[in-house]
Amino acid sequence: MTTAVPTSMSAAGRAASNGTGWAVTSRVVIYGLLIFFALVYLIPLFVMLVTSFKTMDEIQNGNMLSLPKDPTFDPWVRAWGETCVGLTCAGIKGYFWNSIKMVVPAVAISTMLGALNGYVLTKWRFRGHKVVFGLMLFACFIPFQSVLLPMATILGALGRFGNTLQDLVGFSFGFGNPTVNLVFVHVVYGLGFTTLFFRNYYEAFPTELVRAAQMDGANFFQIFWRILLPSSTPIIVVTVIYQFTNIWNDFLFASAYAGSGDVMPMTVALNNVVNTSTGVVEYNVNMAAAMIAALPTLLVYVLAGRYFVRGLMAGAVKG
Amino acid sequence: MAFLELLGLKKRFGAVEILKGIDITLDKGGFLVLVGPSGCGKSTLLNTIAGLETISEGEIRIDSQAVNNLHPSKRDIAMVFQSYALYPNMTVAENIGFALEMRGIAKADREKAIAGVAKTLQIGHLLTRKPSQLSGGQRQRVAMGRALVRNPRVFLFDEPLSNLDAKLRVDMRTEIKRLHQQTGTTIVYVTHDQIEAMTLATKIAVLKEGEVQQIGTPAEIYNRPSNLFVADFMGSPAMNLIEGVIATCDSGPFLALSRGSDSEIRLPVPHSVALGEAGIGRKVILGIRPEAITDRDGADRNSTAVAIVDAQVDVVEPAGSDTFVVTNIAGKEVVSRMRADVEIRAHTRMPFAFNLDKAVLFDPESGRRI
Repeated sequence: MTTAVPTSMSAAGRAASNGTGWAVTSRVVIYGLLIFFALVYLIPLFVMLVTSFKTMDEIQNGNMLSLPKDPTFDPWVRAWGETCVGLTCAGIKGYFWNSIKMVVPAVAISTMLGALNGYVLTKWRFRGHKVVFGLMLFACFIPFQSVLLPMATILGALGRFGNTLQDLVGFSFGFGNPTVNLVFVHVVYGLGFTTLFFRNYYEAFPTELVRAAQMDGANFFQIFWRILLPSSTPIIVVTVIYQFTNIWNDFLFASAYAGSGDVMPMTVALNNVVNTSTGVVEYNVNMAAAMIAALPTLLVYVLAGRYFVRGLMAGAVKG
Repeated sequence: MAFLELLGLKKRFGAVEILKGIDITLDKGGFLVLVGPSGCGKSTLLNTIAGLETISEGEIRIDSQAVNNLHPSKRDIAMVFQSYALYPNMTVAENIGFALEMRGIAKADREKAIAGVAKTLQIGHLLTRKPSQLSGGQRQRVAMGRALVRNPRVFLFDEPLSNLDAKLRVDMRTEIKRLHQQTGTTIVYVTHDQIEAMTLATKIAVLKEGEVQQIGTPAEIYNRPSNLFVADFMGSPAMNLIEGVIATCDSGPFLALSRGSDSEIRLPVPHSVALGEAGIGRKVILGIRPEAITDRDGADRNSTAVAIVDAQVDVVEPAGSDTFVVTNIAGKEVVSRMRADVEIRAHTRMPFAFNLDKAVLFDPESGRRI
């Protein structure tokens, strides 16, 4: 007993004197690891950026990681307006706009429908609303590869319907148009996620407000438009970022349903730029094209990113 | 002719009956308060009047017109919600004007109506603010303004004061009462606070488990509760309920309260009770309000039946305006309300004056008043 006391005291004393040393060491290890992994993550981006500003000479003779000696915008200009995609050499600008034309309607429609679904599933509950929501949730877990063929069949049928319309009234109403097809596909497969986001958000939205609006004489759409939507900014931002990123970056559906000719979206075109097998591989142009392809999603994150985490949390707390 | 009529109202959720046949009528300009503990169905009842919940059976009539199947917005009813339910994205003026806008009233007329209501409620300086910039009391006013502006046939209030702090609650209570007197509107008001019910109502309906226990004026409910539940629920501190037996002697029947080793207490039978000979030996529960038990000097001089009882004082609770004295009679805690300046100390014996004009008797089996 008498020996145990001094032993435990000296042990405590040693721990105290070593405490600061341990703290410093663990800090160093933690930050060292973080910096290391951040570098691993950032180096490809760095290489892409510096390469896109180098001349071909410098790329062939210099170090991959070195800064450009003689920075030039030429690769960016060539990527945008001159580089060859497959056999046509008019740059990627046309495909960039293809992507925009596909992404904007697809994001807008899937977000609006998701909001409407969320509104109905929380504030206008009907018998079996849980089953409906469950099935929509299930849609989030379906691998896209498994729906490629069935979807192709449906799109083929829609295309034939478009041809019939073309023959009958002289206008196909967009049926069979590859861009419209892609919008359709992305809306259908985005609905599960957008509905999930909005349902969880509206679940926490006070039902008394809806009741008050009902008594005030507002109808179904007036309540949605005037009461719910104006209070939904965070979740709209989350949904738009999520949908924009997914649809813009999609390669599978794009290459399957719009994989050739003038209708290719950006992702497919970029693949074709990089895979061109004639002549010298212009790494600087390829890198610039890849950067251009990634810019819109980056921009969306920078502009609206701070809402992203906040909005995800808002939906997540109650569900 | 009653203005608002609820006839045989039933509401079922699956097999569970929430409202078990409610019959209430209210005259034009009346102030009906639905009061009861949580889960008694009072809010459900209010929602059925509003049309936010359907009813399973029965009929709701306003001004002789059946409104059962009318949409909430077509019933010409306005409601003030517990959470106020102000639209967070709209200014105060837009909030108040929303119902008018939805009814397609021209902007100029709308603004005139909003200005009028804002003046009544003294919220003119708040019209351009958003609800998030308002205090609780201000939100409450805006919520009332939103109901007032439509000038509806019936106002519904769903526990409108329960989110306010104690002092503001009393102020707003007065305000609502004043508003009712000024405008003469018909109001149905839900609360679980029996003091709100007493102060505001012209008619109180006490509910428990989906059944009406008693309907009457505040005075009727307070002085002559129809059963033990109402007696216990209304009033603070609650009515004293003491078990006793009707006995008889040469001078006639009396009420005997046993108190163990001590001598039994003999009280005259309250005049309100008509006991036949058959009543002798019957077990009863005496219900007497704390203010009907006083010290000797505080006894009501107009009372026809005052009985003096000696008892041990357990606790003295000065409350400023009154002093509550707790004693123990017949194995039950009995609270009496005395003047603030009364001089009593705990653990002494003193005479208590029971004013039996104000007392009632209940049947312990059925719980009903005799």
